[in-house]
Amino acid sequence: MSNPEANPLPQVADATAPGVGASTWDIFVEFLITGATSFGGPVPYLRTALVDKRHWIDDKQFVEMLSISQSLPGLNATNLAILVGEKLRGIWGSIAAILGICLPGGVLMYIVGIIYRQHGDHAWITAGLKGVAAAAVGLILSTVVELSKKSLAGKFDFIFMAMTVIAVSRLHQSVARTLIAVGILAILFHWPACAQKTNATQ
Amino acid sequence: MNQITSLARVFAYLSLLTIGGGMAAFPEMKFLTVEVHRWLTLPQLVHLYSVGQMAPGPNMMMIVSIGEWAGGFLGALVTVIAFFGPTALLTFAVARLRKRLEKWRWRPSIQQGLAPVSIGLLLAGSFTMARAAITGLETAMIAVGVLLILLRYKINPALLVVGSAIVGIFSFALN
Repeated sequence: MSNPEANPLPQVADATAPGVGASTWDIFVEFLITGATSFGGPVPYLRTALVDKRHWIDDKQFVEMLSISQSLPGLNATNLAILVGEKLRGIWGSIAAILGICLPGGVLMYIVGIIYRQHGDHAWITAGLKGVAAAAVGLILSTVVELSKKSLAGKFDFIFMAMTVIAVSRLHQSVARTLIAVGILAILFHWPACAQKTNATQ
Repeated sequence: MNQITSLARVFAYLSLLTIGGGMAAFPEMKFLTVEVHRWLTLPQLVHLYSVGQMAPGPNMMMIVSIGEWAGGFLGALVTVIAFFGPTALLTFAVARLRKRLEKWRWRPSIQQGLAPVSIGLLLAGSFTMARAAITGLETAMIAVGVLLILLRYKINPALLVVGSAIVGIFSFALN
């Protein structure tokens, strides 16, 4: 594209631009593949599939969409599916993407649920599940540590985090009430007019 | 039919609490599915959640199993739609309004403000989970081991979950 006038068919060149040429079916298939193969969390797999393999979005867009996904309710993987699908093909793109990413794991857990209900009380299975549950605790704690390193800044963020934990785990307040109460407090603390002032004092 | 409407209500509500990750809603999920509706027991919930970490795709697909237990195939279907529908609509609306939201002066405030709260919710969720899953020295060592390995090395967490299942079975065989 260095010399656009020399190109007799600019619309052909456009087909290689990010996102152009992705049909609803392509979107469904790509997210279905990711949904079926993304063991250990779909986000890195989605980056590979969407940025490196398909070139539907670039790395910067991916990071931007991920940060939006993280600050909205919903799982990162499904929020990303909605955002990428919408960018590529509007509402049908979103529907294709979320169906694709949820279908394999959903079918699998449907079957696993039935098997577990029938055989979950076997001594060997219980022993294995004991290890699995303990590992899941370590896994969530590692997510907490990674997120804290990335997005907590200043002692007030740690105070808001501690308030949330105390409200839910110690005072047994509902997650919804805690989210609204501490959330509003933390948002007001960071409110636009104050933002510069707090940056200056930190 | 009563069960189906309960599933829809419970999981639509839970979906709105999953800021930062599915674990954020876990204390509420335990309260509603185990204590209020008695669709399953706490060990069963912890087991299903943990097994779900080995499945590919979004890490909360274990909600399908709860839906199936409580209401068969229809229950599973309703649960998935209730759990993913509301947040999908919200995210879609945000995608449509993105151009306008980019310049909105409250946007950075909301993102910065919600970050510590969402991390706190994940931590609270992991405490609820730990109370049920950490039953002695052995399980504590597995949890700490997994945490330290994940912080030090770039390794697929699903492999560690499978490894921990093998450790659990071995220690049972040895006792």
